[in-house]
Amino acid sequence: MWAALDILLQANFWAAAIRIATPLIFGVLGALVCERAGVLNLGIEGIFVAGAMSGWLAVYLGASLWGGVAVAAATGAAFGLLLGLLTVPLGLSQHVTGLGVTMLATAATYFGYRVAFSTVSTPPRIEPFPPLHVPVLGDLPFIGTVLGQQSALTVFAFLCVGAVAVVLARTPLGLALRAVGDNPEAVEAQGLSVVALRVGAVTAGSALMALGGAFLTLSAFNAFYFGMINGRGWVCIALTVFASWRPGKALLGALLFGALDAYQLRIQTIAGGVVPSQVFLMLPYLFSIAALVLLARRADYPRALMKPYFKGQR
Amino acid sequence: MIRFVPRERTPLWLTVAVSIGAGVAALLLTVIPLALSGAPVLRAFGLMAQGAAGSGFALAETLTRATPLIFTGLAAAVAFRARLWNIGAEGQLYAGALAAVALGSGAIAAPAYVLLPLVLLGAALAGAALLLVPVLFKTRFGADEVVVTLLLNFVVLLVVQMMLEGPMKDEMALGWPQSAPLLDEATLPRLFAGLRLHAGLVLAVVAAGLLHVFIGRTVWGLRLRAVGENARAARYAGIPVGASMALVGLLSGGLAGLAGACEVAGLKGYLTADLSPGFGYAGIVVATLANLSPLGVVPAAIFVAGVFVGADSMSRAIGVSNYLADLVVSFALLSVLVGGLVTRFRIVRVRREPV
Repeated sequence: MWAALDILLQANFWAAAIRIATPLIFGVLGALVCERAGVLNLGIEGIFVAGAMSGWLAVYLGASLWGGVAVAAATGAAFGLLLGLLTVPLGLSQHVTGLGVTMLATAATYFGYRVAFSTVSTPPRIEPFPPLHVPVLGDLPFIGTVLGQQSALTVFAFLCVGAVAVVLARTPLGLALRAVGDNPEAVEAQGLSVVALRVGAVTAGSALMALGGAFLTLSAFNAFYFGMINGRGWVCIALTVFASWRPGKALLGALLFGALDAYQLRIQTIAGGVVPSQVFLMLPYLFSIAALVLLARRADYPRALMKPYFKGQR
Repeated sequence: MIRFVPRERTPLWLTVAVSIGAGVAALLLTVIPLALSGAPVLRAFGLMAQGAAGSGFALAETLTRATPLIFTGLAAAVAFRARLWNIGAEGQLYAGALAAVALGSGAIAAPAYVLLPLVLLGAALAGAALLLVPVLFKTRFGADEVVVTLLLNFVVLLVVQMMLEGPMKDEMALGWPQSAPLLDEATLPRLFAGLRLHAGLVLAVVAAGLLHVFIGRTVWGLRLRAVGENARAARYAGIPVGASMALVGLLSGGLAGLAGACEVAGLKGYLTADLSPGFGYAGIVVATLANLSPLGVVPAAIFVAGVFVGADSMSRAIGVSNYLADLVVSFALLSVLVGGLVTRFRIVRVRREPV
């Protein structure tokens, strides 16, 4: 019993929680930007895969780590642009198109990886982002240990939360973006282009999602594995509802999820042998479903979410 | 300037042409990654065609692979018709397979004409039960079924792994996590000696025919279509929307469960955690290629199965990764979606009048 609580007092646990949360922060932010503009992006799972592999491949071929991050973002943006063009001006089903983009991005990534490395048996490695040394806070006892295990990409994720929050809440662009997800007719009446705003939001959001994948190969691990995303993208879609489409709550939800995941990994070693490990591995998924079900009633969905808009048609 | 004008009716030939066109477009688009990878393009396609349909054996393998795809394709088609976005056929397939093994590997001793229907029924009910949970969440709490069904796929796979390493593990399997084999009485018969093709294909085609009649010719089928077209109008017309949704869930989950049962009872004989290489997700492509028509699901499933079987064979021959098949299939999905615009709208050129 005490051992189960003791976990919460370990600096390593909190360090792991933040590390697990980082890709989800990028993912939820990306999903939130898309959905705020009225487009459900189910391409997220595949965009994670494509971002993970393309960013890593760029670094493997000689780009800098931040160069890899940029390549991942560009890859995500490309798939986002495809999804945006298919769902916004053409008004295709956002569910099926999103799944199609996930399938395409995943297949293209796996095929590309096999073309690049057909013969290797152990995955090739890169030198990932080093742990960050924070000047003053890093010397504190507990906090220092937590922060000392994070990389620059995690800091970047936190900065992105702030940036998205400010843009959404405080800029004309953010206002237009929120409006286009709630009431596209009003945006059109303002003389702004619904299509351009929505496609732009999906492209930018998808770039953010791809960074979540890139974090896994450039910071958390140092190689690309098949199946490494394992539903993280779908979890982000659930967390977006949990966050009620707000960047601050998105950060909170991702950290909560990270803490839960880190906790189940540690409690496995305590309760191992008595309870099968799969029970603990299920917890994050069950938690996401529970959060979705409990909060769905109160959820304040963007009003035009998943509703295609055609100019001059009511 | 181009405008989309909605069609009142779509001629059947156009729908079929769009599906076939999408398949052709997908193969043409695949030329790009194939050429980029430096593979001999024409030879690769030739080997794929040969591997999928070049001999009686190849054709039998394709039809064997098509069997679960017909079931999952039907599962997606019936659900999507009613706008129930069931993306959980993969999990429901595993739930069905788990139920089949639980019932058919020694728990009940009965002759084949009792045990086999019991195994199939149990699998269908297990798949249906798994989908009824998200349907209930949707109708009761307004929780989006897409995410719930997607996440349940991961949960079910973990349950299967847990059962195969724990209570349902076959002690005779030398440590491999696999279930005990099904009894002979619970096994679907082979259709031809020496080929893997089994009676599951017959069941799948019969299911497609029955579903076609059900959707097109019965009151419940009409209600289901009405709920899909416009749930609010359906409710106003006095159609029980909740009950219709539950029925759709029952059918869709049940069909996906049967896919799992047929794979176990017709092909593998026992359950492992890698039973399905994504049949549930591929079912969505099959249903979309078929324009959600149950009868169209059969040829669409055979096409998708042919792509996978052909790519496997081509991959063994010239070493191009068989992920090429996934590329073809995802291109086909996106092509048919774009092509679907032609079936739903007439594209009219409008000359702008001077004001």
